[in-house]
Amino acid sequence: MRLRFFSLVLAALLPLCSAFVPAAHAQLAIEITGAGAQRIPVAIVPFAGEGVLAAGGITPIVRADLERSGLFRSVEVPPLSPAPTEASSINYAEWRSRLADALLVGSVSARPDGRFEARFRLYDTVKQAPLGGIAYTLTREQLRATAHRIADFVYEKLTGEKGVFSTRVAYVVKRGNRYELQIADADGAGEETALASFEPIISPAWSPDGRRLAYVSFEAKKPVVYVHSLLDGKRNVVANFKGSNSAPAWSPDGKLLAVTLSREGGSQIFLINPDGSGVRRLTSSSAIDTEPRFAPDGQWIYFTSDRGGSPQIYRVPVAGGEPQRITFEGSYNVSPRLSPDGKTLAFIARNGGKFQVALLDLTNKQLQIITDSDRDESPSFAPNGRMILLATVIGGKGVLSAVSSDGRIKQRLSITAGDVREPAWGPFIE
Amino acid sequence: MRAILIAAFAVTMSTLFAACTTTPTDEQKPADVVDKGSPTKPETSRVAPVDVTGKPSASGVNPLKDPNNILSKRTVYFDFDKFDVREEYRPIVEAHAKYLRDNPGSKVLIQGNADERGSREYNVGLGQRRSDSVKKMMTLLGVKDAQIESVSLGEEKPACSEHSEDCWAKNRRGEVLYSGEY
Repeated sequence: MRLRFFSLVLAALLPLCSAFVPAAHAQLAIEITGAGAQRIPVAIVPFAGEGVLAAGGITPIVRADLERSGLFRSVEVPPLSPAPTEASSINYAEWRSRLADALLVGSVSARPDGRFEARFRLYDTVKQAPLGGIAYTLTREQLRATAHRIADFVYEKLTGEKGVFSTRVAYVVKRGNRYELQIADADGAGEETALASFEPIISPAWSPDGRRLAYVSFEAKKPVVYVHSLLDGKRNVVANFKGSNSAPAWSPDGKLLAVTLSREGGSQIFLINPDGSGVRRLTSSSAIDTEPRFAPDGQWIYFTSDRGGSPQIYRVPVAGGEPQRITFEGSYNVSPRLSPDGKTLAFIARNGGKFQVALLDLTNKQLQIITDSDRDESPSFAPNGRMILLATVIGGKGVLSAVSSDGRIKQRLSITAGDVREPAWGPFIE
Repeated sequence: MRAILIAAFAVTMSTLFAACTTTPTDEQKPADVVDKGSPTKPETSRVAPVDVTGKPSASGVNPLKDPNNILSKRTVYFDFDKFDVREEYRPIVEAHAKYLRDNPGSKVLIQGNADERGSREYNVGLGQRRSDSVKKMMTLLGVKDAQIESVSLGEEKPACSEHSEDCWAKNRRGEVLYSGEY
């Protein structure tokens, strides 16, 4: 039975895999290596008239989004005539007999102004009730964005959590001696290069409004912190003090950055305004204090410090004060990242020579290793907290990997002819 | 074999370099003068030379680039998880400290590096501790703080890119660069 279930899962995933085989261009290719235990069966009927937008239309993108999340299974839809639309009356019994728990139907039509209208409605076939619908006006260029919005709607209605299909990710690609800071949709499509350099770029961090990235660039032969406005490409130096300037992190309100500076000797954490003014020291130790991260409540900064003899995670009030140690198991715990609800701490733990992603429940102190790779770095929560994006090395090549916070669903994102590293999952965009 | 090739290359380069510097580059003749005589200096120079590569020694060779001079050695290696300058590298740091004392207008950038294992940002911290260690030794030897900037490249600029103990040992290093060299 179990085997049968797996082959069903495989069958469902195969067409998806082929859809994501890397094309000639350098897009991130996504491969799924696990799935959730309970996947909601959804029937997605190709939207009537969607071919007017582009070959394929909207529904393949919606279907791929939902399946990639590992939480949904696409139910086969036979050719229907006439094709049902959001205006059709629904024969619930028929969809129940196809074992669909939910049904998505819609249509696309051209508007007189040259734009298009996409309308859809989602149904709960078990409760035999509509779950809502939306009409979007869009241009051809907005096809993917619209599909992601529809997938987000379905995801939220059926799981009760916000979807992240409309969010973006930042990462660094290294090809030879060239480094590119890239931004792509959460499905790896539509990548754009924000910065290209012959010197390393590390530690990209999204501003809470998703409009700017802070990062460290070595173009001056030393680490310097920049803030880069994505829309107009303008960037300003936030920290270029004597010595090293690194590890930028945004406060939840976007008004403050925490950075690591060596200007007063050693590596210590400072707070600074995004325009580079108002620098003030937060930690005072003779140790390495680095990798600051604000807790979502804005009250605490979690950071890595070797003040106790080995690198461990601590936290300190943003207002200043005595740091408290958070991790105790093991001799190498680094790169702290708080979940969006502030209840879980993700970090990299060295575990018998392997560097893996660990989750610490801050309430009951339970610790769990959720990856089986061995050179993990830079974990990054999706804004809904459901997945964690990370960098790892597979077959000598830098790839990105995403793992659900229960460790069940795993995806791999790789790029042809290049190493990918330093991922950062962007915030929800309204 | 590779070491021999590198050594041979270094000897060839230094011979070439010495050949070049018998007619110092800062006294090159203007292009419109045809010098038919033996390679002697033109009597006057129309170009005021500015040399930021370091002062030539009596031999006419820039001591910072002379492979026979300890000042051409710029790399200090560190043990795993260690940050003190090993005994064998102290003479290198001492020689640069003396040069900086004798040439108060000279400035250096010390870049600390770490091996690839673990977090990139924590490795920036480890590299910083290494460059700070070299800087501290120099300041104790009398070099002014303003002449030295110690920074870290973390694991980003490996000298060796294999994933082995040997390679990691080559990457745990500090490098001294003079103004104009970076």
